[in-house]
Amino acid sequence: MANDVLVFGEMRGGELKKVTKELINTARTITEAGGGAIDALLIGEGAAGAAETIKDYGLRRITVTEDEPVKNYSTEGYAKVLTDIVQDHKPSYILVGATAMGRDLAPRTAARVNGVMFSDCIDVRMEDGICVVRRPVYSGKLYIELAREGERPTFISIRPNNIPPAEATGDGTEIVAHSSGVEADMIRALVKEIIPLSGGRPDLTEADVIVSGGRAMKDSSNFKILEELADLLGAAVGASRAAVDAGYAEHAIQVGQTGKIVNPKLYIACGISGAIQHLAGMRTSKVIVAINKDPNAPVFEKAHYGIVGDLFEIVPLLTEEIKKIM
Amino acid sequence: MKIITLLKRAPDTEARILINREGTGIQEEGVKFVISTYDEYAVEEGLRLKEKMGGDSKVTVVCVGPEEATEMIRTALAMGADDAVHICDPAIKESEPFITAAVLAKAIKDNGFDIIFCGKQAIDDDMAQVQSILAEMLDIPQVNVATSFEISESGDKAVLRRRIEGGDEKVETQLPVIISCEKGLNEPRYASLPGIMKAKKKEIRTKALADLGMADAQGEIRSKILKWLPIPKGGECKVVEGEDVPTAVKELVRLLREEAKAL
Repeated sequence: MANDVLVFGEMRGGELKKVTKELINTARTITEAGGGAIDALLIGEGAAGAAETIKDYGLRRITVTEDEPVKNYSTEGYAKVLTDIVQDHKPSYILVGATAMGRDLAPRTAARVNGVMFSDCIDVRMEDGICVVRRPVYSGKLYIELAREGERPTFISIRPNNIPPAEATGDGTEIVAHSSGVEADMIRALVKEIIPLSGGRPDLTEADVIVSGGRAMKDSSNFKILEELADLLGAAVGASRAAVDAGYAEHAIQVGQTGKIVNPKLYIACGISGAIQHLAGMRTSKVIVAINKDPNAPVFEKAHYGIVGDLFEIVPLLTEEIKKIM
Repeated sequence: MKIITLLKRAPDTEARILINREGTGIQEEGVKFVISTYDEYAVEEGLRLKEKMGGDSKVTVVCVGPEEATEMIRTALAMGADDAVHICDPAIKESEPFITAAVLAKAIKDNGFDIIFCGKQAIDDDMAQVQSILAEMLDIPQVNVATSFEISESGDKAVLRRRIEGGDEKVETQLPVIISCEKGLNEPRYASLPGIMKAKKKEIRTKALADLGMADAQGEIRSKILKWLPIPKGGECKVVEGEDVPTAVKELVRLLREEAKAL
């Protein structure tokens, strides 16, 4: 109907992803201006339990599906459920997190329902009844604003950590169980297991704080000083492409245009000169601290706070100082 | 085995990107264009698979793009791809992933395919949609953001890892399948001099939409770009100084706590 919104609540490891409440807030932006109701769909193990955590968020209906073939994520299983719900409830907008799951599921489903998709949006607003999204292009070197042409199911993936999470309104919701209708043989690409990255630190795209190292780290073993600071702050550890290419860090933790695009509350860049491709990946961080020997390093143009000097002296001191106030 | 690798022409990651005077796109003058970074991993993985499977396996590059994309296609041929299909038609609106996917689907069906490799996203529009829409159009499974790939002995299945938050999913898939590649999947080879010489003789089949029997592929426009915007300028950097390093660090922590409220 008119401006009904479906929020896809992503389940991982039995838990509802944090981005879901950011999606609910985005959905409110749409319905408050254009009318319409907000529904949510949770697929996966623990969905019914997780639905309770967003029960008081003023939704019209929460649909939960957790039967065996969709307990864990698969593109084809989840795309079938999402397609069925979209065809049944006919939402105008479908919001997903711009996560590994959302970026895989949404375009596939959009194709199935003859929709349209806007990827990796950082802002959604209503202008004269038209939904306008803003998204970075060229890895954050520019932004574009877009709107859809014609009426069709519109999938919008929202980057985590950009839009504040919704607050509960106290209005209860109906929770409806839905049978997936997925048979095992419909899933041609099956997830056999999930292999966690070592370290147990938060993921770069979800972390509130990131401590990152560049070429000046000189060796992979030197990342230990960044890890100590990171663990104190509950932070993720990142690296520049220069550090990854030099073999000091794994690509899994690379920040930048050919790595992760991040926007934590605090980004501490250690020995990173600030190549365009790195800045493109972290410039939206709320507070950027640069530690670098070279006072002319481009990273200082994007940083909010800087300190010129040797990171091997500064980082351990920083860890000590922060310990004192915690 | 018929191996397809998709390729896009895009600005180099080191390029400074500015909005053009009309405000309708980017300034292309002076910008260096390359194979969209992640597509290089796709070409490399295709070549490795061909080498493994042997026999009459063949790697065909399929590219939707302007005339200038020929240069990138030649690079892939010089790396070792066998031939290429270049769909080049000014009527194709590349900002519409549904159109790009429909054109690719037709060209790939015409060619025949067992497996398709592409980059996890293009490094210009960063949409990461075409491969999943294409998979739906071809009715085949998809595995996005692959960090490892192994084909089964029989060649009809593959085991992959795909990157997710905080780890990897281990996926077993049937063929045919489309796989989008993440950096780190492999180390793309450089084109050798003999490779470059050979590439000059390899066939690039250039096709317009009419050649694909798709005169009206520009039909369904689903989105419009309203505005191009520069990114906001960064604030002034407050460089913290002190009598000595420990004092400066102390001051930094105070600022982060009291002023920035980031600690």
